[in-house]
Amino acid sequence: MAGASQGLLTAGNRRGSRYEINSATRDPAWIKWLVLGLSLSFFVLFLLVPLIAVFVEALRKGWDAYVAAIIEPDALAAIRLTLIAAGIAVPLNLVFGVSAAWAIAKFDFPGKHFLITLIDLPFSVSPVVAGLIYVLVFGSHGWFGPWLSEYDIKIIFAVPGIVLATIFVTFPFIARELIPLMQTQGRDEEEAAIVLGASGWQTFWHVTLPNIKWALIYGVILCNARAMGEFGAVSVVSGHIRGETNTMPLHVEILYNEYQFTAAFAVASLLALLALVTLAIKTYVEWRASREPNEVFEE
Amino acid sequence: MASSLARPPNVLPGFGLSLGFALTYLSLIVLIPLSAVFIKTASLSFDGFWSAVASPRVVASYRISFGMSLLAAAINAVFGLMLSWSLVRYSFPGRRIVDALIDLPFAMPTAVAGIALTALYSQNGWIGQYLEPLGIKIAFTPLGVLVALIFIGLPFVVRTVQPVLQDLDTDIEEAAATLGANRLQTFMRVVLPTLTPAILTGFALAFARAVGEYGSVIFIAGNIPMVSEITPLLIITKLEQYDYAGATAIAAVMLTVSFILLLIINALQAWTNRRSGREA
Repeated sequence: MAGASQGLLTAGNRRGSRYEINSATRDPAWIKWLVLGLSLSFFVLFLLVPLIAVFVEALRKGWDAYVAAIIEPDALAAIRLTLIAAGIAVPLNLVFGVSAAWAIAKFDFPGKHFLITLIDLPFSVSPVVAGLIYVLVFGSHGWFGPWLSEYDIKIIFAVPGIVLATIFVTFPFIARELIPLMQTQGRDEEEAAIVLGASGWQTFWHVTLPNIKWALIYGVILCNARAMGEFGAVSVVSGHIRGETNTMPLHVEILYNEYQFTAAFAVASLLALLALVTLAIKTYVEWRASREPNEVFEE
Repeated sequence: MASSLARPPNVLPGFGLSLGFALTYLSLIVLIPLSAVFIKTASLSFDGFWSAVASPRVVASYRISFGMSLLAAAINAVFGLMLSWSLVRYSFPGRRIVDALIDLPFAMPTAVAGIALTALYSQNGWIGQYLEPLGIKIAFTPLGVLVALIFIGLPFVVRTVQPVLQDLDTDIEEAAATLGANRLQTFMRVVLPTLTPAILTGFALAFARAVGEYGSVIFIAGNIPMVSEITPLLIITKLEQYDYAGATAIAAVMLTVSFILLLIINALQAWTNRRSGREA
């Protein structure tokens, strides 16, 4: 995932035809149609058709069955838990992302590059391993297991475990959007504010925040999409107790394994809608940020 | 004072607070829990470790996980290059929508992708029903694993190649054309070498993501031991059998592979930035 979110802002340019006007960069027509045909078929087959399939399968038994699958109590409980997990994980990772970016971008200290690598670490860990590590720490056979059971605190197979696993898998999202941007912006503006007598918090709210707001929103929506959609890590720590420790993706799995396909796709379609809304906001933010002189998204 | 060679002292506040919080949070959420895998693994005897990570069923799962991840990343490298070429070089109706939707696998929950792909590629599915008479079975075979891994890895190569292609100066292509190179020669000898680091970075990112992938695969794979069972699923299977030592040993192997991949990806990204003349 590292790097994949970089440079997206330059994606939507209007230069497509510029290359075709210049004879030195123009491909022969048959190559153009071959490459376009193959790449767009690949896109349709592997991306577009699966997306459409979710909505078609969800509405297969009509609108009433669709609504019934969503307002059913277990589904509502799953929606609630998903909102709780994302509602805790995203703000915590936001505070972390801003603190880490402030320390890394505005100050010089040894080990900075190593710290950036460590922040990226959760991206390269399998979601299943991300769940497992909390079982090893907080599970009944884990480091704190005996102590937790003595005080009757449940973390694994309960909501806190789900929140922890969600925080882990979404850990780097906001930090890695802010760090390169704030490094590019440097600290001149903040220094000017401090020298002119502003307090640290005033400087942050009135100088730094306006400069990073689009990157911040960008990081938050990507973080939120992953937080609400995470499956593997949450699956390990959830215990799959219906109506209690099932998030929306886990509820989809249970319905699917019980052959309630239409209901499974109905709940899945809400998550697919969330993905589409996320992409729409992301595209808008990229467009806005590309118009702001201060905010250069690219590294 | 402005001409002083030494940097003036940093007047900004909050260094201790922000770095202190970041390091504490990083340690509590990521570093200490991750270390549990290695500490627990270190407590195993060598025979216990070896029998957990090298039993035939586990080795078969490595073959599926790593083999299919390599194949999926390779397919994504080829089609990702073509897709980014189409998005940058050609104008066609719906280009912006295609461009925005490329990131769908990042935004779409893996479980949703998994059930959608299964519905498409099962015997009587939208696509599967046309492949069935040809004798091709995708769902519940290793090919199903491949399809899911292609889906989740699709954006990586596009998103690493596209910006490099966009920043690529057309001067060198014009020079090549002036010197009499045909389009194929220009592409192979001038354009492709510039894109190679970005393609390899995207390939490595897609591979790293695919090796650990769980949600989209388990629905379509059928999870037949020795045939279509992936390594992350084995960790879960062992956990459900209360075999914590076995699950942790396999996790240690996967984590080690992830760390090595992370180092390779960092090196590739540095190479990409150097090759395309960007700042690191």
